[in-house]
Amino acid sequence: MNTQTTYNYKVVRQFAIMTIVWGIVGMLVGVVIAAQLVWPQLNFDLPWLTYSRLRPLHTNAVIFAFGGSALFATSYYVVQRTCQTRLFSDGLAAFTFWGWTAVILLAAISLPLGITSSKEYAELEWPIDLLIAVVWVSYAIVFFGTILKRKVKHLYVANWFYGAFILTVAVLHIVNSAALPVSLTKSYSVYPGAIDAMVQWWYGHNAVGFFLTAGFLGMMYYFVPKQANRPIYSYRLSVVHFWALISTYMWAGPHHLHYTALPDWTQSLGMVFSLILLAPSWGGMINGIMTLSGAWHKLRTDPILKFLIVSLSFYGMSTFEGPMMSIKTVNALSHYTDWTIGHVHAGALGWVAMISIGAIYFLVPKLFGREQMYSLKLIEWHFWMSTIGVVLYIVAMWIAGIMQGLMWRAVNADGTLTYSFVETLQAMYPYYFVRFLGGLIFLLGMFVMAYNVIKTVSGQRAVDAPVPQTA
Amino acid sequence: MDLIFLRSLFTVLIFVAFIGICFWAWSRKRKPAFDEAANLPFVEPEYPVQDKELRHE
Repeated sequence: MNTQTTYNYKVVRQFAIMTIVWGIVGMLVGVVIAAQLVWPQLNFDLPWLTYSRLRPLHTNAVIFAFGGSALFATSYYVVQRTCQTRLFSDGLAAFTFWGWTAVILLAAISLPLGITSSKEYAELEWPIDLLIAVVWVSYAIVFFGTILKRKVKHLYVANWFYGAFILTVAVLHIVNSAALPVSLTKSYSVYPGAIDAMVQWWYGHNAVGFFLTAGFLGMMYYFVPKQANRPIYSYRLSVVHFWALISTYMWAGPHHLHYTALPDWTQSLGMVFSLILLAPSWGGMINGIMTLSGAWHKLRTDPILKFLIVSLSFYGMSTFEGPMMSIKTVNALSHYTDWTIGHVHAGALGWVAMISIGAIYFLVPKLFGREQMYSLKLIEWHFWMSTIGVVLYIVAMWIAGIMQGLMWRAVNADGTLTYSFVETLQAMYPYYFVRFLGGLIFLLGMFVMAYNVIKTVSGQRAVDAPVPQTA
Repeated sequence: MDLIFLRSLFTVLIFVAFIGICFWAWSRKRKPAFDEAANLPFVEPEYPVQDKELRHE
């Protein structure tokens, strides 16, 4: 009988394993819809397999199932280890896992059936939204409860980012999902017209800013120093990074609505705040990368560190691209084109997925009582497949997007459009194929990871590390 | 005191707060506490793993 208290690794293990499972599922759906854009007959004329229904399934699966599980797993691990105390409530923590799993399964059923509120990244209908709210509040109670019972004086900066992510997503979800139900599967937003659009993109952009950025920056602030085995480059910079980032992101949403019915001043405000965002974003990136200063040689031999550092490079690249695209004149060219899709995937695959993959490779051996993963060589393989996959994807979308934008705006001397829409679509063909190829290579890398993880954990007993006795 | 004035005031206050945070973060007084916090991920020893046979291929 073990009387010593241990950390709650069970819930971390569950979420860590599901990160890989949902990663494969979500990216597989992504590859399928990328293939449908090249070969439209792949929807087999079935309503459940149409692009319009599978696309929200893909985005929900990769953001909330894959990304969400990675955030749950790492935040539960980091908050316990840096507060040196067991999670606040085992029961509630288990509820967040099963509740989140239920949300994902409900999404996987309802979206192909065409049940949707049609708000981007918030498509799930009101009964599921209610469940999300309950799970999320439980998550907040577990996380902040753990912080309150911490055994150390200071609160490590990673927890600040995780905390901001949890609180903000709760507010965003509850405000944006406010709707009037008319039946079990249909509801209408409580906000009218342009206000609804503004609320939606206040939500949408902050889902990027807090779900896909602040949460993963929390991950960065723990796993980069741990894997490099040296403290963060500048703790002072991390404090300023935190406050600057969270106070700026909140206002950038209107850049999704340039040249729409949204008031012009609101569009300009969104653009200005998006430009300001470059500073905290790059501050954070530099802080992460410079942690390796004096130990650059580790990058040569450590594939996990490669994942973490290259993810920061992609973060830096897409947080430069983003502000640039928010400039109204640039946006006039880029908006509604595939450039946007390329930008999103530079962030989602390059930054979010790659830092999560690095963190999971760090975690899995520790959760199953091994010193390291089964094969470092396979991690190296996975790293190169991911990198090549992302680069193919974003380069294809840059070319396709800019070409689309130029063709759409081209006019003849008499003012008529030079190209019909079908002509622009035809020009996209080769690039859509390259995008499909890039996505496929990235997905195959995930299978390499799954194999490596299965080999690492099979035959191993789950291990819960003891909480150190308080000094 | 119209709305425009209040909005401008808010912007200035936020900016002053940001400068304040910068001064606070770089003040010499905070240095020991930040150093302590920065080392939090390293203060506890890694749990000794049970793994006996390590493979690298």
